[in-house]
Amino acid sequence: MTDGCGAPQQTAVAADEDTNGQVVVAGKVTGGDGPLGGAYVRLLNADGEFAGEVQASPEGDFRFYAAPGSWTVRALHRTGNGEASVSAEGPGVHQVAIAVA
Amino acid sequence: MSREDVLVTTQWAEENLDTPGVVFAEVDEDTTAYDGGHIRGAVKIDWKNELQDQVRRDFVDKAGFEALLSQKGIGNDDLVVLYGGNNNWFAAYAYWYFKLYGHDKVKLLDGGRKKWELDGRELTTDEPQRERTSYTAKEQDLKLRAFRDEVVEAINTKNLVDVRSPDEFSGKLLAPAHLPQESAQRAGHIPSAVNVPWSKAANEDGTFKSAEELAELYKEAGLDTSKSTIAYCRIGERSSHTWFALHELIGLEDVKNYDGSWTEYGSLVGVPIETGAK
Repeated sequence: MTDGCGAPQQTAVAADEDTNGQVVVAGKVTGGDGPLGGAYVRLLNADGEFAGEVQASPEGDFRFYAAPGSWTVRALHRTGNGEASVSAEGPGVHQVAIAVA
Repeated sequence: MSREDVLVTTQWAEENLDTPGVVFAEVDEDTTAYDGGHIRGAVKIDWKNELQDQVRRDFVDKAGFEALLSQKGIGNDDLVVLYGGNNNWFAAYAYWYFKLYGHDKVKLLDGGRKKWELDGRELTTDEPQRERTSYTAKEQDLKLRAFRDEVVEAINTKNLVDVRSPDEFSGKLLAPAHLPQESAQRAGHIPSAVNVPWSKAANEDGTFKSAEELAELYKEAGLDTSKSTIAYCRIGERSSHTWFALHELIGLEDVKNYDGSWTEYGSLVGVPIETGAK
């Protein structure tokens, strides 16, 4: 646990991971050659409003602890941008993949 | 005050990496970001281990700040260009902190580490070598810093700007969405605060919006610019970003950052709290 606001190390999650009752939106960023590390991944709510941002791990993994709802995840990378949507209505891991082109 | 007085572009930064009297400093909570690659010549400042007192919840004192900057090789006459991750949250916090201790020659790299990376500019793992200095700080300028009693008194009298995300403001979450939920005892916001998330002051690439766009943003949110303003968030770094927008870019004169923020306020006994969206 951290006192700060910096994101914890981004790691891959298993679909059945115990999230302690939290809503987790997680996934992987991929580019033309497979997993893409280091993209800036932004979590946007149903109105397109910004809710959070993390930098994907070298393997392209990211995760957010969100409120229940519909979310868009948007990845920014020097090679291009991409986005995807996910419905995360309850506790547990909600996985979403983002292709950057 | 113009944008150029307080911000430098990534282009300017790249052209001034070797300019004498210019010191780049990366400020992150997570120093592994710096260790994995930083702007050439930049020194590292760890906001948590170097800018905070390690026993009490407070900043390092004047002597501690002097020792830190001396050890980093930063002189009183150096122009310090701060940058970092998280859209410059902690760099903005350090900027405010440098101003608090009277270092006026300080600027932010607009867009921070993100813009630098999105531009495809070079990062290095080489450690910079800087000679030790004898830095002298001033006493804290408390015109920039709000404490809890002043915040409670400001309810319904001064502008209170809560810069956390809407879900933190309404009380649905206690921390930003990229963090495990922890911290204050109670969720919600300070009564009479307006909610203008810090992110509305920034573009997608992490650069600040223009002074005109910012003025419009806070006007629409109901900020009365004839009044004093206090900004807060969870631990005072996102509100430093908004303090920068209000005080340095728009140019409002009386703006304070409440660094105790929600982790303090939301754990105080007996103070009023509101929940729900506005």
